[in-house]
Amino acid sequence: MNPKEEKVKIITEEFIENDEVADGRRKKTSKVQRQRGKKQTLTTGPEEMVLEKSHLGNQQDPMQEEPETHLVSMPSRQGPRSLPPIPSASRTGFAEFSMRERMREKLQAARSKAESVLLQEIPTPQPRRLRRPSEKESETEFGTESGKEVRRTQPEDDSQSYSRVKFDNSVRKIKSKPQTPPGFPSAEEAYNFFTFNFDPEPEELEEKPKAKNRERSNQEEEGEEEEPPIQEGDEEELLSGKDAEDFLLGLDQTTDDFLEVRPADYESVHVRLQMEEEALFIPSRLTVPTYRKLPENVQPRFLEDEGLYIGARPEVTCTNQNIMENRLLAQDPEKKWFGDDGRVLALPNPIKPYPTRPPVLTAGQSIKEELETLYKKAVKYIHRSQHMIGSGDPPGNFQLDIDIAGLIFTHHPCFSREHVLAAKLAQLYNQYLARQQRNKAKFLTDKLQALRHAVEFGLNPEKPHQSLDTTQKTINEYKSEIWQTRKLRDAEQEKDRTLLKTIIKVWKEMKSLREFQRFTNTPLKLVLRKEKVDQKADEEAFEAEIQAEISELLEEHTEEYEQKMEEYRTSYQHWKAWKKAQRAKKKKKKHAAEEHPDEEIEEPYPEEEPVKPIPPDPPDRPVIEQQVRERAAQSRRKPGEPVLVPELSLAGSMTPNDQCPRVEVLRREDVKRRSVYLKVLFNHKEVSRTVSRQLGADFRVHFGQIFNLQILNWPESLTLQVYETIGLSSTTLLAEVFLPIPETTVVTGRAPIEEVEFSSNQHVTLDHEGVGSGVPFSFEADGSNQLILMTSGKVSHSVAWAIGENGIPLIPPLSQQSIGFRSALKRADAISSVGTSGLADMKKLAKWAAESKLDPNDPNNAPLMQLILIATSGESYVPDFFRLEQLQQEFNFISDEELNRSKRFRLLRLRSQEVPEFRNYKQIPVYDREIMEKVFQDYEKRLRDRNVIETKDNIDAHRAIVAKYLQQVRESVINRFLIAKHHFLLADLIVEEEVPNISILGLSLFKLAEQKRPLRPRRRGRKKVTAQNLSDGDIKVLVNVIRAYDIPVRTPTASKFQKPSRSSRTFREKHPASPSTHSPTHSADYPLGQVSVRPFVEVSFQRTICRTTTAEGPNPSWNEELELPFRAPNGDYSTASLQSVKDDVFINIFDEVMYDITEDDRERESGIHTRIERHWLGCVKIPFSTIYFQARIDGTFKINIPPVLLGYSKERHIVERGFDSGQSLSEGSYITLFITIEPQLVPGESVREKFDSQEDEKLLQATEKFRADCALKFPDRQCLTTVIDLSGKTVFVTRYLRPLNPPQELLNMYPNNAQATAELVARYVSLIPFLPDTISFAGVCDLWSTSDQFLDLLAGDEEEHAVLLCNYFLSLGKKAWLVMGNAIPEGPTAYVLTWEQSYYFLWNPCSGHFYGQFDTFCPLKSVGCLIGTDNVWFNIQPYDSPLRINFDVTKPKLWKPFFSRSLPYPGLPSVQPEELIYQRTDKAAAAELQDRIEKILKEKIMDWRPRHLTRWNRYCTSTLRHFLPLLEKSQGEDVEDDHRAELQKQLGDYRFSGFPLHMPYSEVKPLIEAVYSTGVHNIDVPNVEFALAVYIHPYPKNVLSVWIYVASLIRNR
Amino acid sequence: MAAASPSVFLLMVNGQVESAQPTVACPERCERPRVLCPQFPEYDDLYCKYCFVYGQDWAPTAGLEEGISQITSKSQDVRQALVWNFPIDVTFKSTNPYGWPQIVLSVYGPDVFGNDVVRGYGAVHLPFSPGRWFMGRRPEYTDPKVVAQGEGREVTRVRSQGFVTLLFNVVTKDMRKLGYDPGPADTQGVSGPCLP
Repeated sequence: MNPKEEKVKIITEEFIENDEVADGRRKKTSKVQRQRGKKQTLTTGPEEMVLEKSHLGNQQDPMQEEPETHLVSMPSRQGPRSLPPIPSASRTGFAEFSMRERMREKLQAARSKAESVLLQEIPTPQPRRLRRPSEKESETEFGTESGKEVRRTQPEDDSQSYSRVKFDNSVRKIKSKPQTPPGFPSAEEAYNFFTFNFDPEPEELEEKPKAKNRERSNQEEEGEEEEPPIQEGDEEELLSGKDAEDFLLGLDQTTDDFLEVRPADYESVHVRLQMEEEALFIPSRLTVPTYRKLPENVQPRFLEDEGLYIGARPEVTCTNQNIMENRLLAQDPEKKWFGDDGRVLALPNPIKPYPTRPPVLTAGQSIKEELETLYKKAVKYIHRSQHMIGSGDPPGNFQLDIDIAGLIFTHHPCFSREHVLAAKLAQLYNQYLARQQRNKAKFLTDKLQALRHAVEFGLNPEKPHQSLDTTQKTINEYKSEIWQTRKLRDAEQEKDRTLLKTIIKVWKEMKSLREFQRFTNTPLKLVLRKEKVDQKADEEAFEAEIQAEISELLEEHTEEYEQKMEEYRTSYQHWKAWKKAQRAKKKKKKHAAEEHPDEEIEEPYPEEEPVKPIPPDPPDRPVIEQQVRERAAQSRRKPGEPVLVPELSLAGSMTPNDQCPRVEVLRREDVKRRSVYLKVLFNHKEVSRTVSRQLGADFRVHFGQIFNLQILNWPESLTLQVYETIGLSSTTLLAEVFLPIPETTVVTGRAPIEEVEFSSNQHVTLDHEGVGSGVPFSFEADGSNQLILMTSGKVSHSVAWAIGENGIPLIPPLSQQSIGFRSALKRADAISSVGTSGLADMKKLAKWAAESKLDPNDPNNAPLMQLILIATSGESYVPDFFRLEQLQQEFNFISDEELNRSKRFRLLRLRSQEVPEFRNYKQIPVYDREIMEKVFQDYEKRLRDRNVIETKDNIDAHRAIVAKYLQQVRESVINRFLIAKHHFLLADLIVEEEVPNISILGLSLFKLAEQKRPLRPRRRGRKKVTAQNLSDGDIKVLVNVIRAYDIPVRTPTASKFQKPSRSSRTFREKHPASPSTHSPTHSADYPLGQVSVRPFVEVSFQRTICRTTTAEGPNPSWNEELELPFRAPNGDYSTASLQSVKDDVFINIFDEVMYDITEDDRERESGIHTRIERHWLGCVKIPFSTIYFQARIDGTFKINIPPVLLGYSKERHIVERGFDSGQSLSEGSYITLFITIEPQLVPGESVREKFDSQEDEKLLQATEKFRADCALKFPDRQCLTTVIDLSGKTVFVTRYLRPLNPPQELLNMYPNNAQATAELVARYVSLIPFLPDTISFAGVCDLWSTSDQFLDLLAGDEEEHAVLLCNYFLSLGKKAWLVMGNAIPEGPTAYVLTWEQSYYFLWNPCSGHFYGQFDTFCPLKSVGCLIGTDNVWFNIQPYDSPLRINFDVTKPKLWKPFFSRSLPYPGLPSVQPEELIYQRTDKAAAAELQDRIEKILKEKIMDWRPRHLTRWNRYCTSTLRHFLPLLEKSQGEDVEDDHRAELQKQLGDYRFSGFPLHMPYSEVKPLIEAVYSTGVHNIDVPNVEFALAVYIHPYPKNVLSVWIYVASLIRNR
Repeated sequence: MAAASPSVFLLMVNGQVESAQPTVACPERCERPRVLCPQFPEYDDLYCKYCFVYGQDWAPTAGLEEGISQITSKSQDVRQALVWNFPIDVTFKSTNPYGWPQIVLSVYGPDVFGNDVVRGYGAVHLPFSPGRWFMGRRPEYTDPKVVAQGEGREVTRVRSQGFVTLLFNVVTKDMRKLGYDPGPADTQGVSGPCLP
């Protein structure tokens, strides 16, 4: 409950208590008062008023036992009641009330209420007067007294009481009904009864004179104001009576006591019906008369009759329509719901007459058949020249069907005179038929009628919604239209009539001719049919029409006349003025002449005299009538005249030959001798011709031939030539007929037969009845009225595009058409759809449409109207867009700009788009202000950088471009796979055990018999953890460093490091001994028991560093587990994010060297002062992605040891190496590691996606099968048949292998040494930077680029390297294969296998190293399949280690070939280019890059040593720089000793530790990382100096080999 | 905590997984999700597991996000209801109503061989407006991780096997202050049960 309410309650209760107390007092007083009663004066203080009031109450019902009830019941609710008369004063007045005064006030109010009750009963102005004083009093009281509590409580009380009043009102409502059931009168009734009857009239009268007269004037206004309270007072009265009863019963008076339960009131049916009638409305079902629906005095107007288009209305039942109309009429008398025709406005019926859904298949039909999807492989489009169709296609791809139906001569030399007439007659008759069909006259008459209606309608002044001038305007328009229409109609009618007359005339001529020549040549026969008409009606109509016309004309004439009159008047005025002037002038002239007679010559104006205007004739009705009647007589059928309908038939009989005269027989024979054929010319070349057909007696030739033109080129012209042969002799070309080339939409079966006219200009004179051609002849006997007719005729034909077997029209593609062919363009525009093709000028079109009064409502015209609308409204504005969701804007809840401006929405959107930066953003803040701007900065920076080629980091411009390209490829591929990622298979969602089959059951039965505790324990898989619920610190990378082999040892002189002051000598002393350092006997050189080397391993990952303890000796064993925490980028532990982690795990091996720096030998006894230095020996780098995908990495790795490690040498050195020994070729140091991630993560699966392919479907199926077979037998072995190229297409893998030329430069280097060349090539390949696909295409499968793409990108993973190397080897004439297998540490990888003189070699394409087949340190651990140029072999040997398998692929028992006898190699062309083109790398650019890298690295080293001064020894640097090219030349081998000697010679005074690093160049960052990982900068000896040199050796194609020599020097003192 | 402008709103839910009412067993074999589903005449000895699925902007602040109930047996009366009355009590905080928490229920029980197999899954959003809610929801047959998502559901076909009644008492804090109006605030009393 509301606290406020409660407060109110409490306060009112207080009041009630007070009231009661007061009541108690008052009761007593009132008793006293009663005696005194009437004698009391009214104009007393409030107390008195109360008394007075109670007194009045007594008077009212003397029967009532408790007169106080008024007072008792009133106060609590009547307080404010007294206020209404002075509302303005009340607010301020109340503020000053004291509690007591308030009580008093209430009493007053109560009293006044009671008085008002009285007033109502006796409706006289008196009671008002009674009240005045009290009000006065209260007013004064407000002013004087003050009370603070009241101020607070009053409004509350007010509301309280108000609500109660409301309640009372409702009660009263119930009560006020005259409902009294006979029987028990309630207390109130009794009260009422009594008050009504026993009203003391005389009392009131008595009081009246006492009233003050001064109040009178105000009474009226006051009374009005007081009206409502007075009425309510009645209720109070009743209630108070009831309260009195309550009081009698001794009940407590609370607010609740006013509730009373009463029986439901009875309402008689009539009353209810009456009430219902008032409230309810039942619309009638009867038809509403039209006049009610239209504005008054308006006739319904039917647009349809006026020729305007009105769509079909939707069907509504009559009753519903009537009900609706009635309802609308009752509801909205404005009638805006009704149209001009008096019907409810409605849109045309939107329901289509036919269903547009495909029919539902019945159960019987096989759905598969109907819905079977046909797969069509996409064909690569090869550009073809416009006019030639590629040779690969079958000729005649396109077909044009020309149907030549026949030929009719409209004139021929052999025509007899009768024929001429017959032709004319036939022509006229055709014309007549055509006119009849169009029936223009009728249409115009109707239109005229409608227009007249409209004018009448429009003249009607009660057109409410139109302004006057628009009405006038439309009427004027109508009128002019009427005039035009009438003219047109008249013309048409006249034409009709003339035509009919001409027909009859020609027929008569023909008849006379036939009679004259006494034979008939043509079967033509004209019959005139008379149609009777109702004469009277006809006459009436005629007369009415004439009258209407006359009146219209009259009107027009009058108008014209008025206009002319106006003109006349003005001109007359003008003339008059002129006349006057003239006269005045004349006078003047006269004067002037008199004065200066010589001036006469110069006549002022030689202006011509205006003609005196002639007043126009007023319109003369009889004259007009005369005109009209004349015209009607001329053009119209007379009333009562029968309608003549001519009918032409061929029913007549021709006179047989034997009855004809000779000339006619001759003619007929001549006709028979003639035959006609047509030639079809396509692009001016004859392509075919029709058969020759004899000319018939009726000069018709029927061909009925269809020519299918198989065409290659787009038709430019299509011509028919008409040839006539006379007898056997000559053939003459009569005429050429040009056929239009059909539009592309016209296909066979839909093309109509069209007639094309032709005519010839030949002159023929014949010696028989034939009239000849081009020669004059006459029908008349006297030879007058000569006619010259030329041979002419019509060819009926149709041209259409053929339809192929599958329903595709055989039309040449549009692109073939030159611009000149409109028809192609027409397809798209709207105009052609209307039928008026070829209209290009929009304005003209619009004009035409306006002139022809196209009905804009007709849906047939809709596209045209829209076009015009667009064309005319915005001048040249034609939307060149198509909006798919034109309503989208309506649904946007804010505008896009606002959406973009809001940081929160932006964040939300970016997150839902899975933008990498925000994909895992958690708890997006609620308010914009809480979102830091820097959240977006990275993202925006990335977006910016996408378009900017950043040269700062990448330095080399080419590489920058490549990086950008790679980024684009990556993005496009990722976008493509985003959808695929959200695609699930059943297996993804449901974990399910396989339904056991018999073999599994058998196996499990067998297992029962197994030993419970096998002797050989098997490793159990760890539980895998899905990435989703991980957070920072949960994942650790565990590196178990077990042991190392062949760590380089310090050269024997290293022991002399112990002699501090002599250390500088070590090098010099060492020098002569160096050749023999490899001998294992040198350990004898350690007299102080110092071991040869004290290596330890430091693992750094994500800049966290852990190290092992220091072990001793060249073959140390640590067996320590290092734990490195892993942090995912952006805290995103999703699979995709983890896959793209680019961090590497660096495993560095250092030698811990103790230097005794005891300055003074004397202190040696008492103290040891040594410094520990660490010397970097080598490193192993393993990408995190490899660990992630492999789950664990276990094996022995070769340590990358710089080619020159000053002060160290290998203990064991295998000198002889080369291809001769297939055995252990390996040298170098190795480390055994076990790396894993704890907990084990589930690596993401590659996307299953069926890619498009250019490959044959059968081949693809075969690969699937091959793969499935292999996976069944050896699920662990990699089987690769198809791969995905950069454009995302599946390609068969052998297509990647093709001999490709290595750079000539490399071949030239060792022209005679195949082995060296091979190594050089391998080195070249390994110099191309390595970029695993899993990083670039996170979550996406492996993509293979071709070798040229690879060289262009200069980045790729094992496959690309291997393919390129293999191709080079093939080109060098080696037998080479691609080996797919598993290696450490990279996991599934590709190697290259070569066959060299009875040995197999395995090449690691990424490092350039090669291993013999039986090299135990070969990182390749298993072989899955071999790929050659023409086949793929899967390893089906029991073992897969290269050591234990046979590489002879010809043995099908060991290697399962993909192409075998059952599936022969189809000769797949390679996807590789024929030749690789190498550009020489710009040496200057390389040198520049070299300088820049050096600078960057130097800066970095200084950065890493913030607390120390970094000095650079320039001398040493230049020395080192000098060495680096040598190293490159020798590929880092065999220079060690010379190098060392050289260095020592030059840097005699320094203790030197440093090494060259060699890397392929991709970016600067890896170089920096590599330098950092060596820890050279960590030396903090005060006087240390550094040297750093960079050398870049450019290879072709921008392949750069980078050498970095870093060294630290400590001057020996 | 009563800061003038809170930056998160809180949603506290407690209630219980009341009971399950398996419908009559499926007459035919469930076809697509070939989770072993022979015709079980009735279920008995079921237990259920609940967890919440919520959006990225949500974080649980108190209570248990997951729970496994005790095993219940069918009641012996006509209703044969499986009553757990297993309490749920969790509080979330969030900045965004997107990803409103859903409770995912998985009901397990032994099959004829005595192996625990899943009997059904169900998911329902927590009620938006504070008050007390009864809910019934049919468990569905699919994998729990997707039951609260739309993605990938097209590959499974499920059929209803009954429904579980849940009761939630929901209290929210600061939602209105952040401009989210969760409908009529029925501050007291029981709002009507949401029909299953």
